[in-house]
Amino acid sequence: MGFAGKTALITGGARGIGRAIAEELAAAGATLAIVDVLQDVAEATAAAFRERGVEAAAFVANVASPADVERLFGEVMARFGKIDILINNAGITRDNLIMRMKEEEWDAVIAVNLKGTFNCIKAASRPMLKARSGCIVNIASVVGVMGNAGQANYSASKAGVIGLTKTAAKELASRGITVNAVAPGYIATDMTGKLSEEARKAFLTVVPLARPGTPQDVARAVRFLCSEDAAYITGQVLHVDGGMLM
Amino acid sequence: MSSPAERVREIIVEQLGVNAEQVTDESKFVEDLGADSLDTVELVMALEEEFGTEIPDEEAEKLTTVGEAIAYVQKIVGG
Repeated sequence: MGFAGKTALITGGARGIGRAIAEELAAAGATLAIVDVLQDVAEATAAAFRERGVEAAAFVANVASPADVERLFGEVMARFGKIDILINNAGITRDNLIMRMKEEEWDAVIAVNLKGTFNCIKAASRPMLKARSGCIVNIASVVGVMGNAGQANYSASKAGVIGLTKTAAKELASRGITVNAVAPGYIATDMTGKLSEEARKAFLTVVPLARPGTPQDVARAVRFLCSEDAAYITGQVLHVDGGMLM
Repeated sequence: MSSPAERVREIIVEQLGVNAEQVTDESKFVEDLGADSLDTVELVMALEEEFGTEIPDEEAEKLTTVGEAIAYVQKIVGG
């Protein structure tokens, strides 16, 4: 049980990849702070974990709001006394071609995906600095490196997350805190389930492993980066994309 | 109960891992006590916690010596 006695805060942890990450960390013994913008799904996910004997609690916050994030970290510290692992997974899409993209669509995606990650790193750095240890994993995306038509906002936010990851890694390294990113490729989730069959097939032609990834594929990479096995790894982007980007 | 000045000196010794004899009013955190930029941020965090106050960034930037930190804290808590 590699994470016994450790508390992991997972934003967007109630559904999709975030929930799969919660599963992986809990399986290795972690205590879970499940954060979501939706109270009912956060509560339901935390309750499902508790039924199986995992120590878990639900927290509601909009990571785009610094005030919300400050309150969130206060609540999690009051409940569990520490935060050893932070997973910045909360993310949204508002796809549109640049010519058609509205300012609100741009702003909303940058606010949650990029500013939200910054807000949470800032809030987590205080307890982690004091503890002289900690692990932060940010969920980026292959499109943050490759770009993707229709996702100017999303790809910019994820490229931003990669730069932020490297800066945070440099600032916090001297205190035993590692900061890495995982960049998923085409993963089968509710978000990608909306794609047409045609779009799905087109996607798979550029994936050498010729299958969509699963949330578990991503979650296992996150678990590795939080484990002792990855103690000497920081500032890296681990691509979990079936070989899409080489 | 130790005085605010003594408490500030104790925090500096602990945060920066230096000897108490090195910590004079004139000692500069960076040049004399070997603090890096993160050390100075942590020092301010520790002072905030000890004295239950929030030190604004523009004030924190001015605290470069032990004496300045002591004077600032004395101004807040009195004594």
